Amino acid sequence: MSEKNFLMGNEVLGRAARAAQADAMYGYPITPASEIMHFWAGEAGSEAGHDQGLVFQQAEDEIGAGFMLIGGVLAGRRAFTATAGPGHVLMQDAFAMAEAMRLPVVAYIMQRGGPSTSTVIYSQQEVTLACFGGNGNGFRIVYAPSTLQELFDYGLKVFNTAWKYRFPTFLLGDGYLAKMLGEVELYDPAERGLEIVPTEPYLLEKKRGIDLKNVIPSPELEVRYSDGVEYACLRNCLNMEEETLTVNQEIKAAWDKMAKEVVEHEYVGQSAAKTVVVAQGIVAAAARQAVQEASGSVGLFRPITLNPFPVEALRRSVAGAERIIIAESAYNQLGRMVKDALYGQVQVPITEYYRPSMSILPEEIAELIKDNVAV
Amino acid sequence: MPEEMSKLEIRSALPKCARLDSKPHLFCPGCGHPEVLKALGFAVDELGLQRRIAFGVDIGCSLLAWDFFDFDTVETHHGRTVPVMVGLRLGNPEAIAVAYVGDGGAYAIGAGHLLNAAIRNDNILTIVVNNGLYAMTGGQEAPTTHPGWKVKTAPYGADQYYIKAPEIIRNVNPAAFVARGITSRQPELRQLMKDALQHINGNHGFAFLEVLSQCPLNWKTMDSAEATFRVLEQEHAKLFPTGRF
Ligand SMILES: Cc1ncc(C[n+]2csc(CCOP(=O)(O)OP(=O)(O)O)c2C)c(N)n1
Ligand code: SF4
Repeated sequence: MSEKNFLMGNEVLGRAARAAQADAMYGYPITPASEIMHFWAGEAGSEAGHDQGLVFQQAEDEIGAGFMLIGGVLAGRRAFTATAGPGHVLMQDAFAMAEAMRLPVVAYIMQRGGPSTSTVIYSQQEVTLACFGGNGNGFRIVYAPSTLQELFDYGLKVFNTAWKYRFPTFLLGDGYLAKMLGEVELYDPAERGLEIVPTEPYLLEKKRGIDLKNVIPSPELEVRYSDGVEYACLRNCLNMEEETLTVNQEIKAAWDKMAKEVVEHEYVGQSAAKTVVVAQGIVAAAARQAVQEASGSVGLFRPITLNPFPVEALRRSVAGAERIIIAESAYNQLGRMVKDALYGQVQVPITEYYRPSMSILPEEIAELIKDNVAV
Repeated sequence: MPEEMSKLEIRSALPKCARLDSKPHLFCPGCGHPEVLKALGFAVDELGLQRRIAFGVDIGCSLLAWDFFDFDTVETHHGRTVPVMVGLRLGNPEAIAVAYVGDGGAYAIGAGHLLNAAIRNDNILTIVVNNGLYAMTGGQEAPTTHPGWKVKTAPYGADQYYIKAPEIIRNVNPAAFVARGITSRQPELRQLMKDALQHINGNHGFAFLEVLSQCPLNWKTMDSAEATFRVLEQEHAKLFPTGRF
């Protein structure tokens, strides 16, 4: 049964992981994400958690947590981590390995100010890192929720996306959402007709449902049989450039197929609006309010998946626009993606409102809209 | 049919769990790694653990072991094999998780992981191949490089400090299995492998085995087995005493 609860964002995420039937978490404390781990430690240590075999391990650092997470996924666990800022930086090493081998690691990332240790509440400065942080081509799915309710909805969804498509999948929140208190509707996914995608070990699984050959890029996998038993050997160090090209091509083909099904956006306001605001995450929540209260031809385009980016939908949404406003709590991270998507598509001016690590209020966006309308 | 003969010869020299079609292996002639791997393989054969092994290999010359065995195997990143095996074993308590790492991977870049796995008494076996330097990348200084050894990043001789890891592990974990073996004493090494595997198979927690091993390429002893053996037995084993700790 669904129920309304008054909860903090981080606890909402902990509960989302439970509702998604996640069963392992590896992490390292960092504000503003720590309460996710506290919640999980409580769950795993409880009698029910014991009975269900929930795993929890606090690692020695985020590099350790990221690689333990990989170990958990290799063992077939619906495993996740939660981190932020400098911890998110350290996890890129493991995330790159997960990208290479198509390991569906899940991370809740609650952005904090940057660069460096900085502040812990408001920021959207980890967009580029979350989407493209590895030493490769950004083969990871990134969802950006904008409300407490969406923390639950997408906190649940990331696990299904990860295991259905076998890509690293992240939820990108921020300190403000993490610490915000509010009413949230929690539900059992079954009630909503949401199926939980099954997991499967990569190693030590002798009866496979899904052939590893359909998941892991071919140069990285050797499967052999001895005495009728299958043994899988996985590698990520390759000998030849051609093999690396093949790895990337195979991942890209799977990515393109997945992207069509996974890509998501929200549009609010008048269709074919003359002024279109583009914002994501918590800033989109402020923009939504501003757009709803604005008079005139105004709309909000909000990418829900930052990667894959809803390029086609954005192009359609600004087709009638005379002005575009990009607002984000960072310098040009969402902005770069928007301009990349619109390059050669539109001839209209773009107002870029960048406030790294500062909150952006509905009134500020309302002002921007007014200015734009006036110009 | 000389080729068939050589396959047969290879087979009889190898443990049953070794893969024939990935042989001959890619390590340099005279390298110690295959000797360590064989000792592990024979121990696995004897204990009948092949189907339960999750074998994690580090980046370093250890990565050449990625298809050495018919084991479920994963090659990880440099220094990160210990946490991968820790996470895997927590996720699958039936797994016999073995991390195979070089001394650079274990004692430099991955030192924090190793030490904390020992402190937590994680139920995995870590095998560290100590050849006194970074082999794969061309012979740079490692935490195990002997005082005075001239290596690529210490061309005038390494300083006097080096790590005695089993001694440290013993210090932080009184319950762990801790030993140091050497490639040149195979029966002893095989026994250490067996005991280490039994330790984790019995869920007794952390098992740690350092193996002194030769790197003829970077030791510049490629043309003389005697010279390799001399460095191994007379220099390496002198600095790092073998035994159980
Ligand atoms: C993060 C990272 N840093 C550096 C390297 C380059 N690298 C590959 S192997 C290696 C050293 C290997 O030495 P060791 O661990 O002692 O193993 P050996 O080759 O001697 O068996 C280094 C530095 C890497 N692969 N990844
Ligand atoms: S470089 Fe050294 S450790 Fe590496 S394979 Fe050659 S002899 Fe063995």
